[in-house]
This record gives sequence, C-alpha cells and structure tokens, in this order.
Amino acid sequence: MTLHIVKKEYIRSETPSLSHVKDSSTRVQNGSVTMKNQEVVGFNGDEAVAYAVKQSDVNVIAAYPITPQTIIVERLSEYVADGDIDSEFVCVESEHSALSACIGASLTGARVFTATASQGLALMHEVLYATSGLRCPIVMAVVNRALSAPINIHNDRSDMMGSRDCGWVQIYAENSQEVYDWIIQAFRISEHQNIQLPIAVNLDGFVISHSMENVYVLPNKDVKKFLPPRKTRYKIDPTHPISFGGLFLQDYYYELKRQQEEALRQTSKILDQVGKEYYKISGREYGSLEVCGMEDADVAILCMGSTAGTVRSVLRKLRADGKKVGLIKLWLYRPFPIDELFSVIENLKALVVMDMALSFGAPFGALCSDVASILQIKKKDLKIFNVIYGLGGRDITPSEIEDIFNDALEIAKTGIVKDYVKFVGVRE
Amino acid sequence: MVISLKELTTKELLAPGHRLCAGCGPSIATRMALKAARGPLVVTNATGCVEVSTTIFPYTAWRIPWIHSLFENAAATAAGIEAGFKALGKRKNTKNHIDIIALGGDGGTFDIGIQALSGALERGHDFVYICYDNEAYMNTGIQRSGATPRGASTTTSPAGEIIPGKRGLKKDFIGICVAHQIEYAATASIGFPNDYITKVRKALEVNGPAVIHVLAPCPLGWRADPINTVKLAKLAVQTTVFPIYEVEDGKYKLNIRIKKPIEVEEYLKLQGRFRHIFNPKFRDVLEAIKQDITTNWERILRLCNVNP
Repeated sequence: MTLHIVKKEYIRSETPSLSHVKDSSTRVQNGSVTMKNQEVVGFNGDEAVAYAVKQSDVNVIAAYPITPQTIIVERLSEYVADGDIDSEFVCVESEHSALSACIGASLTGARVFTATASQGLALMHEVLYATSGLRCPIVMAVVNRALSAPINIHNDRSDMMGSRDCGWVQIYAENSQEVYDWIIQAFRISEHQNIQLPIAVNLDGFVISHSMENVYVLPNKDVKKFLPPRKTRYKIDPTHPISFGGLFLQDYYYELKRQQEEALRQTSKILDQVGKEYYKISGREYGSLEVCGMEDADVAILCMGSTAGTVRSVLRKLRADGKKVGLIKLWLYRPFPIDELFSVIENLKALVVMDMALSFGAPFGALCSDVASILQIKKKDLKIFNVIYGLGGRDITPSEIEDIFNDALEIAKTGIVKDYVKFVGVRE
Repeated sequence: MVISLKELTTKELLAPGHRLCAGCGPSIATRMALKAARGPLVVTNATGCVEVSTTIFPYTAWRIPWIHSLFENAAATAAGIEAGFKALGKRKNTKNHIDIIALGGDGGTFDIGIQALSGALERGHDFVYICYDNEAYMNTGIQRSGATPRGASTTTSPAGEIIPGKRGLKKDFIGICVAHQIEYAATASIGFPNDYITKVRKALEVNGPAVIHVLAPCPLGWRADPINTVKLAKLAVQTTVFPIYEVEDGKYKLNIRIKKPIEVEEYLKLQGRFRHIFNPKFRDVLEAIKQDITTNWERILRLCNVNP
C-alpha cells in the first residue's frame, strides 16, 4: 500500500504572490497544475465556508446562530434571500433541532449542511451520535470555541474534542483556503456510497473564522462537475418503504456499530481518492496529513488547524539556523491516520503533540493520548511530550513555539523528558 | 366533514404482530391515524412505546417510510423532512406530495419535545403532529409527565402516606399549540374513532402545521384491565375529563357535547392509579380533581361559545 503524504517545502519556492493575481483570467502556476480561471477573493473563514456551500449545490441548510459561526448562517441566509441558491434554509430554534432537521432532510436524499460552535455542538451531542448511527451524510462546519463555564467566545477545541467519539469524520483546516477546499471535498467523501457518514470540518474560531484572507475559488462549473447531485439508495421512498432508526438490541446493535466503524476507517482511502480528483481541478493537494521538513527532522511538532501556520513560520527560521525540526499537521483527526503518521516519524527522536483542549484528568490531551497509544505499538523509543495551549483564545506566539522546538531538541540530545505535559502560555 | 367507514383505507399500514401490549391505547391511536392517509405518507416517531415496540430489528411493523432518531426531536425531524421534499421537489419539478406525520407520546411532546414542536409550529412547516397521550412515561415504567393529571399515582409521583400522587394540573397542550396561531389543532379520543380519524384527515389537508392531541389509555400504566381501554377512552370524554374540541384558525368548536356528564368516579375507579384517592384521608384530592375537571370543562365551553 502506498501512503499519500502531502509535503510542503520549508524553503520558500518561487510561487507568485497573490497580489500578482488581478483577475480570473490570470494564470497561476502551482507545481505542474495550472490554477486557471480561479478567482482570488477576500474571505474570512466563515465566508469561505458559506461560499463553498453556495457552490456545492446544497438542498437543505438547517442551522442556529452562535458566535463565532454566525457569519456562516448570515451569508447563507443572504444567498437564499437573494435567490443565489435554491436551498431550503430552516432557521431552527436550537442546535439540537438543527441537526435533527438535518437528519430528516438527509433521509429524503437531499444534500445537507449545517454549522455550529462550542455550546451549540455540546447541545447537539446526542444528535451527533444519531446522525452517524443513521449513516446520514451531512457536512457541518464547526467553528471551534471554548466551552462554558466560565463563558468565553474565543478559540479552543474543547467543543469538538469533547465529541470526538461521535462517529463523525473530523477534519481540521489551517486557513480560509483550506476551509473552502475541505467543505467542497467533504460532500464528496461524506456522500460516497461506501462511507455515508457525516463530516465535521473544523476551523479555529476568530483566528480563521474572522480573519480576512485571500482565497482561490473555483469556477461554479468546476465545482458542479466535481460534485454532482447526491445519489442514494437509502432514503424515504413510499414505493420502497424503509424503517430508519429502529430498536437494535443485544443481538444486532454490536454488528451495526462494527459496520459503522468499518465505514469510518474506509474514509482515509476515499479521502485520498477525492483529494486526487480535487487536485486536478484546483492545483491544491490534500490528504490525511501534511508534513514539512520531515525528511531529515530530528524533532517535530504535531498539531492541527491554524497553529500549523505559526509552527511552519518558526520552522523556517530554525531551519535557516540549521536546526533539524519538522512539522506534522493533521487534517484528518477521525479516523486517525495511523499508517500515514508512522510513515513520517520513522527517524524522529522527539515528538511534541499540541492540544488546544484539556482532557481533564487524563494522562494527556486527547490528540496526544492517541499518538502516545499508537507509538506504544510501533515506536516505543520515540520521546514524546504534550503541550496544552491556547485555551479560551490565548494566543500561541512564535517565541513559545521556538521554545517548544528547543525543548524537543534538548530531549533528542539527552533522551530525558522532564515534563510530559506542559501548559504553555498560562500564568501560574 | 366526517369520513365514513367506506372511505377509510383498507390497507393496514401498521402491520399486526408488533410487540405493543394487549389493550394498548397508543397502538389503536396509531393504526387509526394511518387509516386517515390520503396518499403517500412518512411517519417520524419520537422515542417511546410505539417506536420501540414496532421496530425491533430485524422486524418492522411499518409498511410506510418511518424514521426514528431521538426522543425530543420528532417535530424538528419532520421539519427537515419537509425541507428536503421541498428542495428536491424544486429541482425535479414533481408534484408527488408525501404527507408527513410526527408521532410522539405525552412525554416526548408535553415535556422534552415541546421546544422542537414550538419551533416547528412557529416556522409553519407542512406536517401533522400527533401526540398520543397516555398521561405518563409508560415506556420507561410509568413516570409522571406534564400530561399526568392531578392525583394519579406514578412511579415518580407515587401515592405515599403524605403526598397523594401527582400534584398540579395537566398542561393545556392544545392551548400552547393554538398560541402559535396555527390553522388547525384538535383533541380526540380513541373511544370516538370517527371523530379522531376525521380530524387526522383534516389535519393532513391543512397546508401548514396541524396538531392532534389524542387520549390513548395505557392499561399497564393506568393499572386497568386491558379489556377496558376503549371504555376508559370513552368515559374520559363522557365524564368531561377530556373534552373533545377542535380549533380552526383560532376558533374553538366543541365536537362532542356532554349534556349529562357521567360521574367522574365511574372513570377513576376503573384505574388503579387513582385507587388511593378513594381513601377517606385523601377526600380533598378527589374534590380537587373534580374541581379541576369542572373548571376545565367550563373553560372549554366558554372558548367554544357553548352554554352549559
């Protein structure tokens, strides 16, 4: 089996800066693929979500507003009100009903989208499990935000991390461009006949959702071709009545859940296939994870979402100083890309796993727990430590990342890990 | 409008052989509602007796598309189904209408599902919500709900030495629905099938949300003889415990007029859940129940503009 690993160079290549792109006719070369006819638009993360949904020919949107996801539902409402899209927008009275309505809509055979954040995701908790259990392909943007109490509207990932076992495919995007690209790909993956599972595309609250960035958008016709209308055999059809969601007792429940797990595990493969096709139309390459400097790195940081951008920038600086540091950015958190991860850490001496959420009382943050558990099987000698950071929107700075890299380099040298869990950026 | 027997569908859309109890009121309520079908139909079911007992995998009693996901979200699921049909209909330009019924017990409706229902009514989705009311959480073993009447003994409002069963009134559920200014809302009883089935059909024909609140006794929870299910459903009406009326565009209309109510004791004494109130020490509870019934009946008569 050949594993698909997306590599990003840390030496800046001669890619044209975005300011060179004046209009849609400008051709931008990115590697061997021509990014022809792609317009560059100023979008914050939320707007990128809404625009991708608009182009994805979604039939039903059911959502409830919550900071920092609000812009998504506002834009979508505008698209519907202006007749830009013919989707049905159900502006429900709670997140619980939002996802419940999505289940109903999905079972009619419709393409369905919703978005939420923080408390909204928490309120959806039981519906998350119902959605994956009923095998409803729904795409949801989760704009990651801290959970109460105390109330805080800013970014961390305690919302999605708290629901990580819900059976959804979970993707984390680094910036608005990735958000846009993942939403479109997510519909294809989610609706694939062998998958039929919901997907959560995560974007960091405010850091991505409210930061204006340049986003390359595909022409409508390209998205339409990439994403034909949803087809499914399992839907409400009076000529072939199906009972969805009956009572499964001791004799069948387990088999159903085993099948669900199998479908979820198949996702990596389908995600790679879809990614390849998407590369052809967009020139942008996606997969389970992206690495930078991992060919010869002694130490690496493993992280997700917007943090990767800061890490990469620090990495470039340290590489210029001759330090062998690397970055592993997970796009796909569930199913966990075990084989892909192993393939990139073979020669590593120390690994730092960064969690933007606490798993109270657990040995590590959730992401680090996953990594530690699989290292135990295949690479016991790799030194690992966990960084907890960014709770409630606390910024993680380049100098903090640099310190983390230096700590890792020290561990690589001495082989001694003093603190297995470090709380970075907190006053204590 | 009254639907005659001849007009009813001869199809049994709820197949026999399901696992609901002998003498189960909700099973009768469900079967009768489906008799009012005017064409293709989908049912979305809240968690409850009807849901669990009709779909024990690998079996299902439903000969129509049926969806269950959770307890409190039947109305929200119905809203999503309606949105899905609408959106896909626009694309295909088809006119194949499929009716949507959301079905929930009193727990899933009066209590945990009231928010989702309120939202769906306010947004105006085209669906019918049927609440089969057996006046407690029967599926989990007879716990009190917002629909349990005063004095009834349940496992969470037991008749104790000091507290004589449930305290407080049953919610005015139809009043809550009517406050959403929907086109049609009605009460019904499985003891009066023509009235009930006609109302379900009327509700289906409304272009928007409509609500039916149907009394469906539970022999197990009411601690009554299964043979008395329909008798109790009739007595509830004849004693004026459960008034039968409908509300069209905000206008109340009494459908079953009770000139000489049967003594309420006739209804209560058939049910073990009220046994304790015949103990002389709880005489005041019996009086309070009687007062509740009179007050409510007079209120309904006033709303329906009928002289006592």
